[in-house]
Amino acid sequence: MSVAECRSLGDTDRDTLYLVTQAPVQVPTPDYPDDVSLVTRMQAGDAAALEQVVREFGGRMLAVARRFLPDENDAMDAVQDGFLSACKSINRFEGGSRLETWLHRIVVNAALMKLRSRRRSKERKIDDLLPSNDTHTPYGEVSPWRSSERGGLDEIRAAEMRRIVQEKIDELPDAYRTVIVLRDIEGLDTSETARLLGDTENAIKTRLHRARLALRTLLDPYMRGESGNE
Amino acid sequence: MNCKELVDFLMNYLDGELPAPVREEFESHLRLCPPCMVFLEQYRQTVRLGKSCKEGGKCTQQVPEDLVQAILKARSMQPKA
Repeated sequence: MSVAECRSLGDTDRDTLYLVTQAPVQVPTPDYPDDVSLVTRMQAGDAAALEQVVREFGGRMLAVARRFLPDENDAMDAVQDGFLSACKSINRFEGGSRLETWLHRIVVNAALMKLRSRRRSKERKIDDLLPSNDTHTPYGEVSPWRSSERGGLDEIRAAEMRRIVQEKIDELPDAYRTVIVLRDIEGLDTSETARLLGDTENAIKTRLHRARLALRTLLDPYMRGESGNE
Repeated sequence: MNCKELVDFLMNYLDGELPAPVREEFESHLRLCPPCMVFLEQYRQTVRLGKSCKEGGKCTQQVPEDLVQAILKARSMQPKA
Protein backbone atom coordinates (compact mmCIF):
# COMPACT_ATOMS: atom_id res chain seq x y z
CA MET A 1 0.00 0.00 0.00
CA SER A 2 1.38 3.40 -0.88
CA VAL A 3 2.31 6.29 1.35
CA ALA A 4 -0.52 8.29 -0.14
CA GLU A 5 -2.91 5.79 1.34
CA CYS A 6 -1.43 6.47 4.74
CA ARG A 7 -0.79 2.85 5.56
CA SER A 8 -1.04 2.10 9.26
CA LEU A 9 1.78 0.14 10.80
CA GLY A 10 1.06 -3.46 11.68
CA ASP A 11 1.36 -4.43 15.35
CA THR A 12 4.57 -6.36 14.84
CA ASP A 13 6.23 -3.50 12.99
CA ARG A 14 5.16 -1.03 15.63
CA ASP A 15 6.44 -3.18 18.46
CA THR A 16 9.78 -3.76 16.79
CA LEU A 17 10.33 -0.13 15.95
CA TYR A 18 9.21 0.78 19.45
CA LEU A 19 12.00 -1.40 20.86
CA VAL A 20 14.52 0.24 18.56
CA THR A 21 13.87 3.58 20.18
CA GLN A 22 14.49 2.28 23.69
CA ALA A 23 18.24 2.91 23.58
CA PRO A 24 19.65 4.60 26.69
CA VAL A 25 19.26 8.36 26.52
CA GLN A 26 20.72 11.24 28.46
CA VAL A 27 19.36 14.35 30.05
CA PRO A 28 18.73 17.22 27.57
CA THR A 29 21.75 19.41 27.14
CA PRO A 30 21.96 22.98 25.93
CA ASP A 31 24.15 21.70 23.08
CA TYR A 32 21.13 21.31 20.84
CA PRO A 33 18.76 24.12 21.88
CA ASP A 34 16.75 23.99 18.66
CA ASP A 35 16.18 20.27 19.14
CA VAL A 36 15.08 20.74 22.75
CA SER A 37 12.41 23.22 21.76
CA LEU A 38 11.12 21.02 18.93
CA VAL A 39 11.14 17.89 21.04
CA THR A 40 9.32 19.61 23.89
CA ARG A 41 6.60 20.75 21.50
CA MET A 42 6.33 17.28 19.97
CA GLN A 43 6.07 15.73 23.40
CA ALA A 44 3.18 18.10 24.07
CA GLY A 45 1.46 16.79 20.93
CA ASP A 46 2.00 19.92 18.85
CA ALA A 47 1.19 18.85 15.26
CA ALA A 48 2.96 21.92 13.86
CA ALA A 49 6.18 20.76 15.53
CA LEU A 50 5.89 17.38 13.83
CA GLU A 51 5.35 19.08 10.50
CA GLN A 52 8.42 21.23 11.09
CA VAL A 53 10.50 18.15 11.91
CA VAL A 54 9.26 16.28 8.85
CA ARG A 55 9.97 19.25 6.59
CA GLU A 56 13.41 19.83 8.10
CA PHE A 57 14.68 16.25 8.21
CA GLY A 58 12.34 14.34 5.89
CA GLY A 59 14.40 14.93 2.74
CA ARG A 60 17.59 13.65 4.31
CA MET A 61 15.77 10.71 5.87
CA LEU A 62 14.34 9.84 2.47
CA ALA A 63 17.86 9.91 1.00
CA VAL A 64 18.94 7.45 3.71
CA ALA A 65 15.97 5.14 3.08
CA ARG A 66 16.58 5.18 -0.69
CA ARG A 67 20.04 3.70 -0.18
CA PHE A 68 18.47 0.60 1.31
CA LEU A 69 15.31 0.58 -0.76
CA PRO A 70 15.81 1.57 -4.40
CA ASP A 71 12.04 1.47 -4.95
CA GLU A 72 10.76 4.98 -4.23
CA ASN A 73 7.46 3.84 -2.70
CA ASP A 74 9.26 1.46 -0.36
CA ALA A 75 11.63 4.22 0.69
CA MET A 76 8.75 6.61 1.37
CA ASP A 77 6.91 3.96 3.36
CA ALA A 78 10.01 3.41 5.49
CA VAL A 79 10.33 7.13 6.18
CA GLN A 80 6.66 7.31 7.15
CA ASP A 81 7.04 4.29 9.45
CA GLY A 82 10.12 5.87 10.98
CA PHE A 83 8.47 9.21 11.72
CA LEU A 84 5.38 7.54 13.19
CA SER A 85 7.59 5.40 15.39
CA ALA A 86 9.51 8.49 16.47
CA CYS A 87 6.23 10.20 17.42
CA LYS A 88 5.26 7.23 19.50
CA SER A 89 8.56 7.23 21.35
CA ILE A 90 9.19 10.96 21.56
CA ASN A 91 8.54 11.04 25.31
CA ARG A 92 11.58 8.87 25.81
CA PHE A 93 13.86 11.12 23.78
CA GLU A 94 15.88 13.07 26.32
CA GLY A 95 18.47 14.77 24.17
CA GLY A 96 21.51 12.52 24.48
CA SER A 97 22.05 12.92 20.76
CA ARG A 98 20.86 15.27 18.09
CA LEU A 99 17.24 14.76 17.08
CA GLU A 100 18.44 14.11 13.52
CA THR A 101 20.81 11.37 14.71
CA TRP A 102 17.97 9.73 16.66
CA LEU A 103 15.63 9.96 13.66
CA HIS A 104 18.33 8.62 11.37
CA ARG A 105 18.69 5.52 13.50
CA ILE A 106 14.95 4.94 13.55
CA VAL A 107 14.65 5.37 9.79
CA VAL A 108 17.56 2.97 9.16
CA ASN A 109 15.74 0.37 11.25
CA ALA A 110 12.44 1.06 9.50
CA ALA A 111 14.20 0.64 6.12
CA LEU A 112 15.76 -2.65 7.20
CA MET A 113 12.37 -3.91 8.37
CA LYS A 114 10.80 -2.89 5.09
CA LEU A 115 13.56 -4.68 3.22
CA ARG A 116 12.90 -7.88 5.15
CA SER A 117 9.16 -7.73 4.65
CA ARG A 118 8.91 -6.91 0.96
CA ARG A 119 8.66 -9.52 -1.71
CA ARG A 120 12.05 -10.11 -3.25
CA SER A 121 12.50 -9.41 -6.90
CA LYS A 122 14.87 -11.50 -8.94
CA GLU A 123 18.39 -10.58 -7.93
CA ARG A 124 21.76 -11.00 -9.55
CA LYS A 125 23.87 -13.73 -8.04
CA ILE A 126 26.81 -12.35 -6.12
CA ASP A 127 29.09 -15.09 -7.48
CA ASP A 128 28.60 -13.71 -10.98
CA LEU A 129 30.13 -10.43 -9.82
CA LEU A 130 33.17 -11.82 -8.03
CA PRO A 131 36.62 -12.44 -9.49
CA SER A 132 37.01 -16.06 -10.52
CA ASN A 133 39.99 -18.25 -11.25
CA ASP A 134 38.87 -19.40 -14.66
CA THR A 135 38.39 -15.95 -16.16
CA HIS A 136 41.97 -15.07 -15.33
CA THR A 137 40.71 -11.89 -13.71
CA PRO A 138 42.15 -10.15 -11.81
CA TYR A 139 45.23 -12.18 -12.53
CA GLY A 140 46.53 -10.64 -15.68
CA GLU A 141 43.85 -8.66 -17.45
CA VAL A 142 43.24 -5.74 -15.15
CA SER A 143 42.88 -2.47 -17.02
CA PRO A 144 43.69 0.65 -15.05
CA TRP A 145 40.83 3.00 -14.16
CA ARG A 146 40.74 6.65 -14.92
CA SER A 147 41.16 8.77 -11.86
CA SER A 148 38.21 9.64 -9.65
CA GLU A 149 40.25 11.51 -7.07
CA ARG A 150 38.27 14.28 -5.45
CA GLY A 151 40.73 16.95 -6.50
CA GLY A 152 40.40 15.86 -10.12
CA LEU A 153 36.65 16.27 -10.43
CA ASP A 154 34.54 19.38 -10.44
CA GLU A 155 31.33 19.33 -8.41
CA ILE A 156 29.12 18.40 -11.36
CA ARG A 157 31.27 15.43 -12.32
CA ALA A 158 31.61 14.41 -8.69
CA ALA A 159 27.81 14.42 -8.35
CA GLU A 160 27.49 12.41 -11.55
CA MET A 161 30.04 9.93 -10.23
CA ARG A 162 28.07 9.56 -6.99
CA ARG A 163 24.90 8.95 -8.98
CA ILE A 164 26.55 6.18 -10.96
CA VAL A 165 28.07 4.58 -7.86
CA GLN A 166 24.69 4.66 -6.11
CA GLU A 167 23.09 3.10 -9.18
CA LYS A 168 25.64 0.28 -9.09
CA ILE A 169 25.16 -0.20 -5.35
CA ASP A 170 21.43 -0.53 -6.04
CA GLU A 171 22.23 -3.43 -8.38
CA LEU A 172 23.84 -5.47 -5.61
CA PRO A 173 21.77 -8.25 -4.04
CA ASP A 174 19.91 -7.00 -0.93
CA ALA A 175 22.13 -8.74 1.61
CA TYR A 176 25.27 -7.20 0.12
CA ARG A 177 23.82 -3.76 -0.59
CA THR A 178 22.64 -3.52 3.02
CA VAL A 179 26.08 -4.23 4.43
CA ILE A 180 27.91 -1.82 2.13
CA VAL A 181 25.37 0.91 2.89
CA LEU A 182 25.57 0.41 6.65
CA ARG A 183 29.36 0.15 6.80
CA ASP A 184 30.72 2.34 4.02
CA ILE A 185 27.98 4.97 3.65
CA GLU A 186 26.19 5.22 6.99
CA GLY A 187 29.49 4.70 8.80
CA LEU A 188 28.37 2.07 11.32
CA ASP A 189 31.08 -0.16 12.73
CA THR A 190 31.17 -3.92 12.22
CA SER A 191 29.77 -4.65 15.65
CA GLU A 192 26.72 -2.40 15.29
CA THR A 193 26.09 -3.65 11.76
CA ALA A 194 26.20 -7.24 13.03
CA ARG A 195 23.77 -6.40 15.81
CA LEU A 196 21.32 -4.66 13.47
CA LEU A 197 21.38 -7.51 10.96
CA GLY A 198 21.43 -10.28 13.54
CA ASP A 199 24.65 -11.76 12.20
CA THR A 200 28.18 -12.41 13.42
CA GLU A 201 30.95 -9.88 12.95
CA ASN A 202 32.92 -12.34 10.83
CA ALA A 203 29.94 -12.87 8.55
CA ILE A 204 29.55 -9.11 8.16
CA LYS A 205 33.24 -8.68 7.30
CA THR A 206 33.08 -11.42 4.70
CA ARG A 207 29.91 -9.98 3.16
CA LEU A 208 31.35 -6.46 3.09
CA HIS A 209 34.46 -7.68 1.28
CA ARG A 210 32.37 -9.55 -1.28
CA ALA A 211 30.07 -6.55 -1.71
CA ARG A 212 33.05 -4.30 -2.41
CA LEU A 213 34.49 -6.79 -4.91
CA ALA A 214 31.12 -7.00 -6.65
CA LEU A 215 30.81 -3.21 -6.71
CA ARG A 216 34.29 -3.01 -8.25
CA THR A 217 33.13 -5.37 -11.00
CA LEU A 218 30.02 -3.27 -11.66
CA LEU A 219 32.02 -0.04 -11.77
CA ASP A 220 34.76 -1.48 -13.96
CA PRO A 221 33.26 -0.71 -17.41
CA TYR A 222 32.45 2.86 -16.40
CA MET A 223 35.79 3.45 -14.74
CA ARG A 224 37.63 2.16 -17.80
CA GLY A 225 35.61 4.62 -19.85
CA GLU A 226 33.75 1.97 -21.83
CA SER A 227 30.22 2.77 -20.76
CA GLY A 228 29.70 5.90 -22.79
CA ASN A 229 29.16 7.92 -19.64
CA GLU A 230 32.28 9.99 -19.87
CA MET B 1 50.69 -16.32 -1.70
CA ASN B 2 48.89 -16.52 -5.04
CA CYS B 3 46.63 -13.92 -6.68
CA LYS B 4 43.41 -15.44 -5.35
CA GLU B 5 44.68 -15.45 -1.78
CA LEU B 6 45.77 -11.86 -2.19
CA VAL B 7 42.24 -10.87 -3.21
CA ASP B 8 40.87 -12.70 -0.17
CA PHE B 9 43.16 -10.68 2.09
CA LEU B 10 42.57 -7.25 0.51
CA MET B 11 40.19 -5.87 3.12
CA ASN B 12 42.20 -7.11 6.07
CA TYR B 13 45.34 -5.64 4.50
CA LEU B 14 43.78 -2.21 4.04
CA ASP B 15 42.35 -2.33 7.57
CA GLY B 16 45.83 -3.13 8.92
CA GLU B 17 44.59 -6.42 10.32
CA LEU B 18 47.02 -8.86 8.68
CA PRO B 19 49.57 -10.50 10.95
CA ALA B 20 53.10 -9.35 10.09
CA PRO B 21 54.24 -12.53 8.30
CA VAL B 22 51.11 -12.58 6.10
CA ARG B 23 51.46 -8.88 5.38
CA GLU B 24 55.05 -9.44 4.25
CA GLU B 25 53.94 -12.21 1.89
CA PHE B 26 51.11 -10.00 0.64
CA GLU B 27 53.49 -7.13 -0.10
CA SER B 28 56.12 -9.26 -1.77
CA HIS B 29 53.42 -10.68 -4.06
CA LEU B 30 52.35 -7.13 -4.89
CA ARG B 31 55.91 -6.17 -5.83
CA LEU B 32 56.05 -9.02 -8.35
CA CYS B 33 52.50 -8.79 -9.73
CA PRO B 34 51.51 -5.49 -11.39
CA PRO B 35 47.90 -6.65 -12.10
CA CYS B 36 47.35 -7.29 -8.39
CA MET B 37 48.78 -3.87 -7.63
CA VAL B 38 46.23 -2.32 -10.04
CA PHE B 39 43.48 -4.45 -8.51
CA LEU B 40 44.39 -3.31 -5.01
CA GLU B 41 44.18 0.31 -6.12
CA GLN B 42 40.78 -0.31 -7.75
CA TYR B 43 39.48 -1.94 -4.59
CA ARG B 44 40.69 1.04 -2.58
CA GLN B 45 39.03 3.40 -5.07
CA THR B 46 35.77 1.40 -4.90
CA VAL B 47 35.64 1.86 -1.14
CA ARG B 48 36.32 5.58 -1.53
CA LEU B 49 33.64 5.95 -4.20
CA GLY B 50 31.11 4.07 -2.06
CA LYS B 51 31.81 6.34 0.90
CA SER B 52 31.43 9.42 -1.31
CA CYS B 53 27.71 8.58 -1.73
CA LYS B 54 27.21 9.87 1.79
CA GLU B 55 28.08 13.37 0.61
CA GLY B 56 25.12 13.52 -1.77
CA GLY B 57 22.76 12.76 1.10
CA LYS B 58 24.08 15.63 3.15
CA CYS B 59 22.72 18.20 0.72
CA THR B 60 19.43 19.67 1.72
CA GLN B 61 16.80 17.69 -0.08
CA GLN B 62 13.20 18.66 -0.45
CA VAL B 63 10.81 16.21 1.12
CA PRO B 64 7.90 15.39 -1.23
CA GLU B 65 4.72 17.16 -0.16
CA ASP B 66 2.63 13.99 -0.42
CA LEU B 67 4.98 12.30 2.05
CA VAL B 68 4.62 15.19 4.50
CA GLN B 69 0.86 15.03 4.25
CA ALA B 70 0.81 11.24 4.53
CA ILE B 71 2.84 11.34 7.74
CA LEU B 72 0.70 14.08 9.27
CA LYS B 73 -2.52 12.27 8.37
CA ALA B 74 -1.26 8.92 9.64
CA ARG B 75 -0.11 10.56 12.87
CA SER B 76 -3.51 12.13 13.41
CA MET B 77 -5.02 8.64 13.25
CA GLN B 78 -2.40 7.12 15.55
CA PRO B 79 -3.03 6.71 19.31
CA LYS B 80 -1.13 9.39 21.22
CA ALA B 81 2.15 8.41 22.90
